[in-house]
Amino acid sequence: MPGPPVDPSGGPGVSGPIKGISFVVMLTTAVERPAPEGATDTRRRRVAGLVVLTVTLLVAATVSLAVGARALSPAEVWHGLFAEPEPDQKLTEIRLIVQTVRVPRTVLAIVAGLALGVGGALIQGYTRNPIADTGLLGVNAGASFAVVSVIAVFGFTDPFQYVWFAFVGAGLAGVVVFGLASIGRGAGNPLTLALAGQGVTVFLAAMTAAVALSDKESLNALRFWNAGSVAGVRFDVIWPVAGFIAVGLVLALVTLPALNLLNLGDDVARALGVNIAASRTLGIVAVTLLAGAATAACGPIAFLGLMVAHVARYLTGPDYRWLVPYAGLLGSGVLLVCDIVGRVVVRPGELEAGVVVALLGAPFFAVLVWRGKFKSA
Amino acid sequence: MRKVRERMNGAEVAGGISGVDAAEAKAPMPPGVRFGPVSFVWRPWLVLVTLVLAAAAFLIFCLSISVGDFPIGLSRVIATILGRGEQVDEFVVMDLRMPRALAGLVVGIALGVSGAITQSVARNPLASPDILGITAGAGAVAVFLVTATGGTAAAVTGSVGLPAAALFGGLGTGLLVYFLAWRRGVDGFRLILIGISVTAVMQAITTWLLVSADIRDVARAQVWLVGSLDNRSWDEAGVAFWATLVLLAVVATVAFPFKPMHLGDDVAAGLGVRFGRVRAVLLLCAVLLAAVGVSAAGPVPFVALVAPQVAMRLARWPTPPLIASGLVGALLLTGSDLIARAALPIGLPVGVVTAVIGGPFLVYLLVRANLR
Repeated sequence: MPGPPVDPSGGPGVSGPIKGISFVVMLTTAVERPAPEGATDTRRRRVAGLVVLTVTLLVAATVSLAVGARALSPAEVWHGLFAEPEPDQKLTEIRLIVQTVRVPRTVLAIVAGLALGVGGALIQGYTRNPIADTGLLGVNAGASFAVVSVIAVFGFTDPFQYVWFAFVGAGLAGVVVFGLASIGRGAGNPLTLALAGQGVTVFLAAMTAAVALSDKESLNALRFWNAGSVAGVRFDVIWPVAGFIAVGLVLALVTLPALNLLNLGDDVARALGVNIAASRTLGIVAVTLLAGAATAACGPIAFLGLMVAHVARYLTGPDYRWLVPYAGLLGSGVLLVCDIVGRVVVRPGELEAGVVVALLGAPFFAVLVWRGKFKSA
Repeated sequence: MRKVRERMNGAEVAGGISGVDAAEAKAPMPPGVRFGPVSFVWRPWLVLVTLVLAAAAFLIFCLSISVGDFPIGLSRVIATILGRGEQVDEFVVMDLRMPRALAGLVVGIALGVSGAITQSVARNPLASPDILGITAGAGAVAVFLVTATGGTAAAVTGSVGLPAAALFGGLGTGLLVYFLAWRRGVDGFRLILIGISVTAVMQAITTWLLVSADIRDVARAQVWLVGSLDNRSWDEAGVAFWATLVLLAVVATVAFPFKPMHLGDDVAAGLGVRFGRVRAVLLLCAVLLAAVGVSAAGPVPFVALVAPQVAMRLARWPTPPLIASGLVGALLLTGSDLIARAALPIGLPVGVVTAVIGGPFLVYLLVRANLR
């Protein structure tokens, strides 16, 4: 027998789905209601900022293809990218430079910068500590230790051989840190996480030093590894790294709304329906994937993430749904520009991108700090 | 009046930057003690832990003098230190082994106290003199000296030039950070962010120097960068000892009204602390202590970061306790040096052992606290 028609306004007898629908209707009306003048302005400004950052990044990427030990004209770059193979010796050489040197390092700078920027913003959010960087979870120390160990044990000399070990080392260190911080009562407590990360980093850094001091080949590799560079990495490394970073980015985006609530404090977040343990775990996994993959491919450039997270927070305010994309694009842009600068300043040699990030970025960052532009998260 | 003061002290302890559970510190109201203008809260556990740490540090100090190619019994070591030893022991104890052991002890105390001050002022457990640029600055200057002058010059200047250069570099960078962060007073947050930036620059310079240097110089620089107590003479140990003693005296005189500071500037001011001046002096002392420590032993990593956190957890104290932090630092450094010298087959520098012990011990304390 059919029941009486249900009043959509929701009387005491309303069944589940109907209640859900009316809730959705309520939500949509709330969204459609014209927002106050200031809010739309802010939104427009933020979108405009994202567009400006993206355009800047594209321009920088184009410049990056042209600049280097052998400078190329725009026509030559175009030819190198798209023209058919020709017997002409000179043109073949240009193709070779563009496709096997310039394009890979440009792509890697963009991808790794994105990962480190997003990772830096996330780790500051999850630890609620404004001086947390992407190396905090032991990721950098784990990667470094793996690199020196495999060089000392197996005698690897080619970076393509040890990049995978670096990634595994970074991942393992991240897992150990998170595991240690999750034991017992204070599971996932930001302070425990940060300190456990420091403890594991301390330990791994010492082991790295011990190996490097007793094996000259490892020491030699370690000093170049520590500098942090996007040069000389082939696409067969970049694609898998980009894959891990893509997974990390998806996880990061999924957890952003929860991260906003977590920053109101655990109690408030729990009251608002956030599964704290789950979202924190997801977030930390995302940071480990992002930072681990980027570090494995380029070496430790932890300062980048810290710096762009603060600049992004200054530009967008504390809403992580905006802060994180800004930090990612800023990270890409800064790493790419620093790589270009590194190719130009000490010609015909090159300065590693990681060194340039610190030498150029840090003073700029310090000026912003001094002018009081940053808030402590 | 006295009652009120006691309650105030209780409250300030309970509200600290907590890594230790606030509930632990809150529980029973401890008795207050007053001598004329000086009053403090009697905390038996803190005093006990401090005394045990002091005894352990002294024991390790004596042990590290007694162990070596020519072993000397502990009782004879103590007798010799007190000036009642035999002629034979006198030379080995006082001239050969004492400088190294003393350097370890003093550097450990200096770094531990420096870290405790930095973490309290910045109210951030990740803060340490390493983050204020002192270590990185000293490292950059020392590596420059080693790589630019090459092996020969470094060997000549090694015993005097390198510590002096490190002191100069560490102090210079520390003061640079301090003055860059100065804007109508020093703000803890601004200080550490500026410190991180300057540290990044100094590390980049170090990396650059290492990348463009000869590999033999790199190895030599790396030993110094890890931190080592090898071949310490009375020159270095003596300077470090007296400098640390003077600085600790300054810290002790200004640190008394220091406790309310971690409650925040406003509360501290409300309790009548002239926090601006106290903080400025204490931070300056922290910079100087760290610079002294780094110049004597190299940038032994993480002692300044780990020691206060370990001391906090051992003493069950809500903020890094100054004396206990120094003692943990001393224990860590002298103990590690002893292990590096006596128990390990290959001659690893002390910095490696310090970190291998200090890192896991911090993790162990964290896990234990979580399991309880």
